Amino acid sequence: MHTERSMLHGAARSRYGLPHPLALALLVILMFGVTFANSAAAAEPSPQRAAQLAYMVRQDCGSCHGMTLTGGLGPALVPAALKGKPAAYIKHVILNGNKNTAMPGWSPLLSDADAEWIAERLLGGFPDAR
Amino acid sequence: MRARIVGLLAGTILLAGCASAGVRGTGDLGVVIERANGSVQLVSTTERAAIGRVAGLGDLSHASVVYSRDGRYAYVFGRDGGLTKVDLLRGRIDRRVVQSGNAIGGAISQDGRLIAVANYVPGGVKVFDAATLELLAEIPAAYGDGKLAKVVGIEDAPGNRFVFSLFEAGEIWVADLSDPRRPALQKFKGIGKEPYDALVTPDGRYYLAGLFGEDGMAMLDLWHTERGVKRVLDGYGRGAQKLPVYKMPHLEGWAIAGRHAYVPAVARHEVLVIDTDTWREVGRIAVAGQPVFVIARPDGRQVWVNFAVPDYSTVQVIDTETRRIVRTLAPGKAILHMEFTPRGEAVWLSARDDDRVVVYDTATFARIAEIPAAKPSGIFFTARAFRTGF
Repeated sequence: MHTERSMLHGAARSRYGLPHPLALALLVILMFGVTFANSAAAAEPSPQRAAQLAYMVRQDCGSCHGMTLTGGLGPALVPAALKGKPAAYIKHVILNGNKNTAMPGWSPLLSDADAEWIAERLLGGFPDAR
Repeated sequence: MRARIVGLLAGTILLAGCASAGVRGTGDLGVVIERANGSVQLVSTTERAAIGRVAGLGDLSHASVVYSRDGRYAYVFGRDGGLTKVDLLRGRIDRRVVQSGNAIGGAISQDGRLIAVANYVPGGVKVFDAATLELLAEIPAAYGDGKLAKVVGIEDAPGNRFVFSLFEAGEIWVADLSDPRRPALQKFKGIGKEPYDALVTPDGRYYLAGLFGEDGMAMLDLWHTERGVKRVLDGYGRGAQKLPVYKMPHLEGWAIAGRHAYVPAVARHEVLVIDTDTWREVGRIAVAGQPVFVIARPDGRQVWVNFAVPDYSTVQVIDTETRRIVRTLAPGKAILHMEFTPRGEAVWLSARDDDRVVVYDTATFARIAEIPAAKPSGIFFTARAFRTGF
């Protein structure tokens, strides 16, 4: 379970029809409050956005991975547990999920830059967001 | 009756109201998990207010609670394997053990004497004396060549039994704790891929496990375990496309209203209506997002639904007579849980990102109280003490 058996599921993203464009737009405005940079040329998220991402990882990803990221139904995401995994792979799983596990693709909610920022911070020791 | 300062060492705060007021009952009390702080607020549904806070409970990022049968003690199961017995009347920790590395939840036995905890790491179940938290039995969830599976969906069942599922193994086990130090195990194998949560019906007869790895639910009739596990609700699941699920639906709060059960669809923006006589789907209700909790008001006339991110600031109310949504509410940011008062005149909702709990009148949908709380998640009232499967 939760292995990297199938890392490449680009199709998973396109299969997911955005459920609520309005809700998503609202979410972007209310929760993120910043422009959604969805370009492949991943610009570093603003400090404000970074704080939102850190909060989201602790609180929402924490539902499965634990708020301390030491694991739950999903695997631990502390640096020791991720050792040897490239940032690009982690970013890919964040955006596209893993169809063999419960991990969903977060591309409807996260930009490339967001996912890259999260992947790098996970590998380096994730900042506290409490 | 000794007024102890010792409790403060454990990080607890004495209840100003309760400790000094003398005699009182606990039937209108409950706890609210403050997930980021490792604390719980003690609340009164009569006063619609917090009456104290108990800290020092460890990592509560996924926490659940069961109650002693006298409604005095809350047993709080933390993510980090902590099992904490909180005294609601004295407003402090009575006992606490860290019993594993990673836990998901627990249950209390029919006779109230045993607490069972479901663990992810190391995978298995541990059984404790409810009075002392002394370890009485260990049940490693070993499968295949001896690997340990994560244990999910632990439920109490009549006959001092605990029923639970093994995530990686796809098994359901029934542990009879008639002799607490010698659990008698019955194992059901090949029940389906990746059971992720389960529930027991309010009468304690049926145990149903949701399957993440395939569609359908695994059902065990606890009156007739010799008949084995059956597959029901073949259409229940993520479907062939394996849609993304942003938060696992919780099954324990399954709403049973009359002969129908209202259940969260997996990944889809629907609540399913199931006939509990035939265990067939009889309807679907379109809702605002991926449902997480689908909970019936105690009289069964309303069903309240909350949702996974990104729709988790909406709550919808279904009228069970018409099976229509009668209200869409915006109670606050990131609504994680809902709990009805014992007779259902009010419902408490935790608004995590607003740092408060909000209380609604279920007849008028008026917002009648707000209680500050730090990143609140689960809300648990003592009426759970008297319900099988809670």
